[in-house]
Amino acid sequence: MKHTISVLVENKPGVLARIAGLFSARGFNIDSLSVGRTEDPTISEMTVVAEGNERILEQITKQLYKLIDVIKVEDLTKAKVEFIERELILVRMKVNPREEKKIQETTEEIGAQILKKSKDVLIVEVVGEQNEIETSLVLLKQFDIQRIFRTGKIAMKASA
Amino acid sequence: MRLKGAQILVEALKKEGVEYIFGIPGGVLLPIFDVLYDSPIKFILTRHEQGAAHAADGYARATGKVGVCIATSGPGATNLVTGIATANMDSIPMVIFTGQVRKKLIGNDAFQEADVTGITRPITKHNYLVKETGDLAKVIKEAFYIASSGRPGPVLVDLPVDVTIEESEFEYPEKIELRSYRPTYLGHPGQIKKAARLIKESKKPIIYAGGGVLIANAIQELKELVEKTSIPVATTLLGLGSFPETHPLSLKMLGMHGTIYANYAIMNSDLIIAIGARFDDRVTGDTEKFAPEAKVIHIDIDPTTIGKNIPVDVPIVGDAKNVLKELNKIVQKPDIEDWLTQVKEWKTKNPLRYSRKGGLKPQYVIEEIYKLTKGEAIIVTEVGQNQMWAAQFYSYTKPRTFISSGGLGTMGYGLPAAIGAQFGSPDKVVFDIAGDGSIQMNIQELTTAVLNKLPIKIAILNNSYLGMVRQWQELFYKKRYSHTYLLNPDFVRLAEAYGAVGFRVIREEDVVATLKKALNIKKPVVMDFIVKEEEDVFPMVPAGEAIDRMIEMA
Repeated sequence: MKHTISVLVENKPGVLARIAGLFSARGFNIDSLSVGRTEDPTISEMTVVAEGNERILEQITKQLYKLIDVIKVEDLTKAKVEFIERELILVRMKVNPREEKKIQETTEEIGAQILKKSKDVLIVEVVGEQNEIETSLVLLKQFDIQRIFRTGKIAMKASA
Repeated sequence: MRLKGAQILVEALKKEGVEYIFGIPGGVLLPIFDVLYDSPIKFILTRHEQGAAHAADGYARATGKVGVCIATSGPGATNLVTGIATANMDSIPMVIFTGQVRKKLIGNDAFQEADVTGITRPITKHNYLVKETGDLAKVIKEAFYIASSGRPGPVLVDLPVDVTIEESEFEYPEKIELRSYRPTYLGHPGQIKKAARLIKESKKPIIYAGGGVLIANAIQELKELVEKTSIPVATTLLGLGSFPETHPLSLKMLGMHGTIYANYAIMNSDLIIAIGARFDDRVTGDTEKFAPEAKVIHIDIDPTTIGKNIPVDVPIVGDAKNVLKELNKIVQKPDIEDWLTQVKEWKTKNPLRYSRKGGLKPQYVIEEIYKLTKGEAIIVTEVGQNQMWAAQFYSYTKPRTFISSGGLGTMGYGLPAAIGAQFGSPDKVVFDIAGDGSIQMNIQELTTAVLNKLPIKIAILNNSYLGMVRQWQELFYKKRYSHTYLLNPDFVRLAEAYGAVGFRVIREEDVVATLKKALNIKKPVVMDFIVKEEEDVFPMVPAGEAIDRMIEMA
């Protein structure tokens, strides 16, 4: 099962390398990883999505916590706490004049934002939970897609 | 007080009470070495950086203090890598300083540049690249604190040369507080109660003690637990010395080359009390078949070791000394008379043994070293057969008397580690039990021992083979001795060339006299014991098997 793990780290050089290195050295599978600053500039937050059985996930959590620069680790999935999660995709596609109407209907249906539109190219953005992103991708893939770029998941607990 | 970076470094080391630094100078270290030139800290020049790292490690193991070493940028630093990894695997407190090229040149493939923090990231507890002279004091304080607290380990500090030249205000922090690093020292009282209950209810308990008992200095507490409960004790390789092997409840070492009785006892136990040990594969063998009936209490300061290899019933995160102290207050003696009778029977029936026929035997040499030193010596080993015989045939009764590379299994560890141990314990007899293969992996450190007049006794168990690999080839590869035969130099003349004393022993009857002679010489002595070539370490569990499936002496 996939677990969403929230990791608070010191915002210092090399921290990302330590975390990425930990996953590769210990043979853990990492699904996605996002990192960014929090309201406190000395602290960054990471959201790690990882897969494994209970023992592996426990090891991942403990090994992350063992890193000196890691302040807090919380397996949100395991803790069964309420949390908001978001991913973002950017999709650039070729626009065939005959499909223009269908593209418009589809983007409206999935709530995609149109970021750029030129004569024959369209770039859209979709923000949502993982399943919404997956559904959007299925629908968008019927068009002539040039590039899909997907961020990792970011997650935030509903309450502190 | 405004000081140069190099002065700040040396002042900080003084504040940390550092006695010795092991290492080799180099281009980017010149500012530091200029300050060391008239510093009260003693600098020990080794002949290879690996030797410096192992010497710092041996010093740390013998004393419990933080070992310190230093090497220059690039090759100097990469030469430390094996020594750092060795210390990391065995939780040894060390602070390692490496020189680095000027800040502006970092990343430019400058002369003698290597990404040392990158290279050592997975083999250190933590590491730093210092960018500002003003950060130096705080970083050093943190490095010593992290290295020596919690589960100890090596911490590396990479120092660009300009950081050591530039000036900054020096004030050494009194205390350090890291929001991201707070080791748990006290065990959870509820868990300790649960452990006491399981112990009371157990019928076939065993204590499995590891290096953590020694690191936590929990010798007395362990002894008290055993006295209160009469539970027999098996130790890991690194746990040797945590419980006196002469005690009737000692089962000596368990695992791949452990005693038959220790392995039988743990496999048949209904409760394992693991203290400062990590259920390493050399201990458990096939984990699926390991101790099938046993519940497990696991006491360790590092939560990642708990439940990593073996499911645990009562995890207790904490310092072994604190946890055992609390446990001893409430623990009650279980009713285990039948079990003790059974264990005693295994012990009587299956002692460690070897045949003295067929030439000089390495086990005999170890036994005689034990008798002559009365178990008071510090036994440092290399890795391989020599290490296992040293573990089996010397009885360890005191903490920090057995020093060996357990986790990483680093050949070439013994001689430099013995040097560090002798510096740390100048009044003790220090032996390096070596193989003819291992000793050549850091033989250059004989010079270091000779120049510093260290009376280390090096006993080479010379069987003309990379013995442990040969043994596996004998047992599992139809005696196809692929590249394990060694044509060796004349170790006696080699010792003499280095300025040490050399003896060769080929007959059993000369062993004791030679050892006695060596013990009376106040400088390094190399004893070349020509032992039976194809002697095996028994008992032995083939890798990946259940540990009660032991191969015994034919």
